[in-house]
Amino acid sequence: MNIFSTLRDWVVPKEIEEKFERTPKNLGSFRYDPWGYHPDTAIVSLTVVKQFFDHYFRVETEGIEHVPASGRVLIIANHSGQLPIDGILIGTAMATADQPRLARAMVERFFPTVPFIGNFLNQTGAVIGDPINCVRMLENEEAVIVFPEGVRGSGKLYKDRYQLKRFGNGFLHIAMATGTPIIPVGVVGCEETIPSAANLKPLANLLGLPYFPLAVPVVLPAKVHLAFGEPLIFENDATTEDEVTERVEQVKTAITQLIQKGLVKRKGVFV
Amino acid sequence: MSEQRKCVLVTGAAGALARGVIRRLVADHEIIAVDFRKRADLDGVAHSYRVDFNKRGFEDLFRRHHINGVIHLGRVGPHESNLTGRYNSNVLGTQRLLNLCVKYKVSQVVVLSTYFVYGAHAQNPTLLNEEAPLKASGLTHDLIDTVELENLCNVYLWKHPELHITVLRPCNIAGPGVRNSISRLLSSQLAPTLLGFSPMMQFIHVEDMAEALRLAWDHVSPGIFNVAPGDWVAYQDALVACGCTRVPLVSIPGMIPQQIAKVLNLKSFPSHLVNYFKYPVIMDGSAFAKKFGFKPRFQLEQIFRYYREKKRRQDFLSMFSDA
Repeated sequence: MNIFSTLRDWVVPKEIEEKFERTPKNLGSFRYDPWGYHPDTAIVSLTVVKQFFDHYFRVETEGIEHVPASGRVLIIANHSGQLPIDGILIGTAMATADQPRLARAMVERFFPTVPFIGNFLNQTGAVIGDPINCVRMLENEEAVIVFPEGVRGSGKLYKDRYQLKRFGNGFLHIAMATGTPIIPVGVVGCEETIPSAANLKPLANLLGLPYFPLAVPVVLPAKVHLAFGEPLIFENDATTEDEVTERVEQVKTAITQLIQKGLVKRKGVFV
Repeated sequence: MSEQRKCVLVTGAAGALARGVIRRLVADHEIIAVDFRKRADLDGVAHSYRVDFNKRGFEDLFRRHHINGVIHLGRVGPHESNLTGRYNSNVLGTQRLLNLCVKYKVSQVVVLSTYFVYGAHAQNPTLLNEEAPLKASGLTHDLIDTVELENLCNVYLWKHPELHITVLRPCNIAGPGVRNSISRLLSSQLAPTLLGFSPMMQFIHVEDMAEALRLAWDHVSPGIFNVAPGDWVAYQDALVACGCTRVPLVSIPGMIPQQIAKVLNLKSFPSHLVNYFKYPVIMDGSAFAKKFGFKPRFQLEQIFRYYREKKRRQDFLSMFSDA
């Protein structure tokens, strides 16, 4: 129906097509899901992104077998790099794993107002970061990527790299309420893709953006390391918000350990 | 033992949806058909009236017939009256109808609402359930009457539980005979789109909606329910499937498409509904499906095929008229 449906036959290699066919999906008669996901757009985008994944960022993945082959799961990662490259790379790693999963990323709330981009993101599986969307998708047995640092993480400056910002508690409430396992992910490398020296707040306010980085307008080819941790399961028995915060800190600690592991492992920023 | 036939007053009787409902009820109900536009000519219906709810004569129907229930489908549309006129008919008229129901001890009321009440907002989550806030009146004044009508029903729902009010919020109703905005749009050769936007939409066939109303009538269960099938399609894909030629309009800033729609003044693309062609309003219809055992018979493709074939027929006829 759209241009991606035509492109699919031309550009998608057999290997990706085969993995994509094995990915669990819940589609309507016009091959959309209620959030606007469309497999033709998603697979063509995946084919393009896979080239950057393999040859530009040379992504190394570890522990991806911890992601269950099916069923609800929350992928919780550190956020960095001004643009959501980390989310795209985690999604690519999951979609091309031996047990492929479609990852649903929660994106900033202003994206639906941007022509073409909003629809495109929806068609590739992204949805606006609304707790109701998250709960509904988990009830639909989806894998959802959440960055609990939000714009605090993606907009951080280069001097603050690999220092986790405050995590919101929302994801843990959702995980407990829906009985969803959490897979912590440590992302190393995305901090160096668009190093930012400062946040130009007045310009960001003028443009209605959450931040506007003072940075070289180029995405640098930093080598990226993704470490997926073992599932963390929390019973829905927290009685106070302090208990929830304590559990959030457990997730944060797990991510910090995975980041440290990745930092030790890498030989240099670009190699 | 013979059971006495129930007497049902159906408003908006001249519309395609009401005809579908009446067809389903007429065998074992006495039907009182009313419409403010014209007297509906319906098979097997002895009592059909052209009447305005706000006129004094409307009460005579309740005096004349022992009405057991009301299926309230009649609405004054945006192309039939201005904002004040619509408020008077749709809100105050419905209030009068509900007051008469209380006065004459009507035991069941089914009201047709619309998914427009949720409002088309960029930050709407998907699969809105019945508890989601109704944002429409905050987003456009032209939909105040639709939200107020529901608020009114809510007040009567708890104040007069003896009325057993069931409110149904359907997604886009389409199919033969339907003359709402979306059906006019799908019927047209040229259909406006907003450049860079193709929101997800839900459609229900008019016959399925008539069946949903019949179920709501048969299984008395007061409350508010979304009526939407578990199938979705992007707006522009729906247009293509209906054989429409898409005409993209400048989409940002938001004022521009609204002004264009005002200038075009199309019944199919009213300015106050422009955002529904920009942002999705996707409902979760599972509560109704579960409670009333509702399963739509018509697939999206069957709905769209009707519009494709309608266009083919028009092309075919225009060939002869040209000749």
